[in-house]
Amino acid sequence: MSRAFCPKCGLVLGLPLVVLLGVLSGCARSPAQRGLVVAGSTSVQPFADHWAEFYMKEHPGRVVNVQGGGSSAGIQAARQGAADIGMSSRELKPEEKDLLEVIVAWDGLAIIVHPENGIDGLSLEQVQGLFSGNIDTWGSLGEPEHAVTVVTREEGSGTRSTFQEMLMKKSRITPRAIVQDSNGTVREIVANDPHSIGYISLGLVNEKVKALRFEGVEPSYENIEQKKYRLIRPFLFVTKGHPNPAAQDFINFVLSRRMQELIRDDGLIPIFRED
Amino acid sequence: MNISINPRTEQSVVRVLLWIFTAITVFILFFIIFYVLKRGLPVVSLEFLTRNPAEMGKAGGIFSTIVGTVALTLLAILIATPLGVGSAIFLTEYTRENWVTRVIRFGSECLAGIPSIIFGLFGFILFVTKLGFGWSLLSGGLTLAFMILPLIIRTSEEAIRSVPYAYREVSFSLGSTKWQTVTRVVLPSALPGIATGVILSVGRSIGETAAVIFTAGSSLHLPTSLFSSSRTMSVHFYILAREGISMDNAYGTAAVLIIAILSINVLAYSLMNRFMRRYC
Amino acid sequence: MAATRLERNERLIRLSLLLIAFSAVSILLVITVFIFAEGTPIMFKYGLKKFLFSLDWFPLEKSYGLLPMIIGSLYVTGGALVIGVPFGLACAVVLTEFSSKRLRRLLKPIIELLAGIPSVVFGFIGVVILIPFIRDNLGGPGFSVLAASIILGIMILPTIISISIDSLEAVPRSYREGSIALGATRWQTTRMVMLPAAKSGIIASIILGMGRAIGETMAVIMIAGNAATIPRSPLDPVRTLTSNIALELGYAAGEHRQALFATGVILFLIIMILNTIANLTSMKRKP
Repeated sequence: MSRAFCPKCGLVLGLPLVVLLGVLSGCARSPAQRGLVVAGSTSVQPFADHWAEFYMKEHPGRVVNVQGGGSSAGIQAARQGAADIGMSSRELKPEEKDLLEVIVAWDGLAIIVHPENGIDGLSLEQVQGLFSGNIDTWGSLGEPEHAVTVVTREEGSGTRSTFQEMLMKKSRITPRAIVQDSNGTVREIVANDPHSIGYISLGLVNEKVKALRFEGVEPSYENIEQKKYRLIRPFLFVTKGHPNPAAQDFINFVLSRRMQELIRDDGLIPIFRED
Repeated sequence: MNISINPRTEQSVVRVLLWIFTAITVFILFFIIFYVLKRGLPVVSLEFLTRNPAEMGKAGGIFSTIVGTVALTLLAILIATPLGVGSAIFLTEYTRENWVTRVIRFGSECLAGIPSIIFGLFGFILFVTKLGFGWSLLSGGLTLAFMILPLIIRTSEEAIRSVPYAYREVSFSLGSTKWQTVTRVVLPSALPGIATGVILSVGRSIGETAAVIFTAGSSLHLPTSLFSSSRTMSVHFYILAREGISMDNAYGTAAVLIIAILSINVLAYSLMNRFMRRYC
Repeated sequence: MAATRLERNERLIRLSLLLIAFSAVSILLVITVFIFAEGTPIMFKYGLKKFLFSLDWFPLEKSYGLLPMIIGSLYVTGGALVIGVPFGLACAVVLTEFSSKRLRRLLKPIIELLAGIPSVVFGFIGVVILIPFIRDNLGGPGFSVLAASIILGIMILPTIISISIDSLEAVPRSYREGSIALGATRWQTTRMVMLPAAKSGIIASIILGMGRAIGETMAVIMIAGNAATIPRSPLDPVRTLTSNIALELGYAAGEHRQALFATGVILFLIIMILNTIANLTSMKRKP
């Protein structure tokens, strides 16, 4: 004989387990134990990481953990408490406006192609045509004939949202596009594929890719300052309600003049003008 | 007209084809390992292993990721092994084979085959979000433990079952209790098999990326508590390689990973050999 | 009835083990129930037919058609089998029937070790070697069904090879010796006697390989391109069910999140079916 399971045993075991989990979930929230969690946009991530490096060096004992995941993931994480600060590279949507936002930098959106691509600039119609799949060969733009490979971010990306809103407007990015979930990966793909086109954060453009002129305007720091290059978006730090003391401290640090100068060297636009 | 091929010619032709296929297969498998090791080993140095990553991984070493990997795997093993081995003992020694045990076995096999991303989804929603653990060693460790539990139950069960019944009979006839028999006769004999299962799970945990990246996060900082986020070597390699942050460091991380996993598997294999030799 | 201390201890131990087993089983149950509980409601609310057969996966517009991903997983897994099975079986046959025992003793463990290589390493090799090759020589962006099939095929080789070798080795020697005694060549023996005898084990190895290919996520994200449409040729990019979950997991909320769990349910069911088939074929061979 053997009764495999008895309900009373289950109760005896279940109770302490539930209590244990409850206790654990209670202790989880303090940044003192787990460090400050900053999560979200992969565009903001390298710069937040740079800031965090300095912060931790100057405040020994304090820990800041920076994660990616994409803007929407970061906003969600902030809302659900998985992150103390959510990073976003797009404006908050109306239904997200219940969260608190702080602009920590400005960034340009760059359309990139392989350095050997002969194209130097595109118009709005051409961008829409290329990314929607209507223009699907480089031949129609005067380049040697070859199919266009479109590279895009995933749907939850702030970079993609910005791109969609500012450039694509009503047209959809072609479902046949290659999808990757971070700006760095998009850059790598475009850097290696001579027939590809994509878009990334201007701050992430390096010598491996070529950033195109948009409507004749070069995507440069100066042009953004002079409001000539209009494809820009804010980098936001998002919190649910008032930031907790550790988060507030980090935010203040990031907004300081010194840290803003730092990211200017990195390729971002600081939130203040030089006066 | 019926053309019949001389069986000997047929065999020669087939033999050549098969050997070509085999050569290609073996070549590809070895090539992958050598390619990674060739480009990665030069990067690996004592400094690489003991310094933390800097500049998002472009500089520095991989120390914090090694710590993260070890911590996560240890946590998973500590949770899953007692649970798995204990259940296996109960299911084989203390209950009779009936439909319940068969269902449990089938369920265990199914769960052992579930894609790891599903565990990542599960862990993310349950541990990171609903229970509020956040991206942490705890979330990651629990998720990995859940992932390897079916494997440990299955291998432990097989190991315990293959202990000849005669051993138990002799033990009982000498007057020992069930528990004495289990701990002093059955378990020691089954130990190599159980250990193999545990070690294989360790190998699997170390190489796991999908479930880990969504539960333990990807923080580069040295983890300080159960609730800190941490990056494992697999995740670090994945991020470095995809974003082109540093190819050298990526290869270096991969080399360390491969050597660690190969050594662990060699250990498991030699243990399994010892196990086989006892009974065959 | 006086319970001796020994008996009481034994009962305590049995109880503790029961609790442990119960917890383990509860964990297994929790995982299963959680996935089904989160995933099934939306399948019925949205309509099972639309969910499985609609072409439009635009989750931010509330459109959850999984068909492109289902076909993606099918193509990629099928492709992996097309590559993995012939090469794997050939290797297994050569190592058991056409070479020395020493070679087999040397190579088999090494091949099994290779099964432990993390999938991200395979994916990476695919990105740096395979994708440029396909793009420059065969056309398309390189990120394709073909690339995913090749890499996945390579990844399941160790599984197929090692289990097939085990099955072939388990065939009684008398089969082989009897056939040779009748004058058959080694290849005729292999083809007409050994392989059919080892059939159930070989099928089990293929099913196991299939399970691994369907469940692979990281390598596929790196090399398949992740385009959510049905590929028109092996050179087109493709998205699988697993990559779909991984790409959207971080930010999916509400219905979208449930749709991802529903994908998990489908994968779960597929694995269950595969396991049942594997169990049935291995049961058939027992005389």
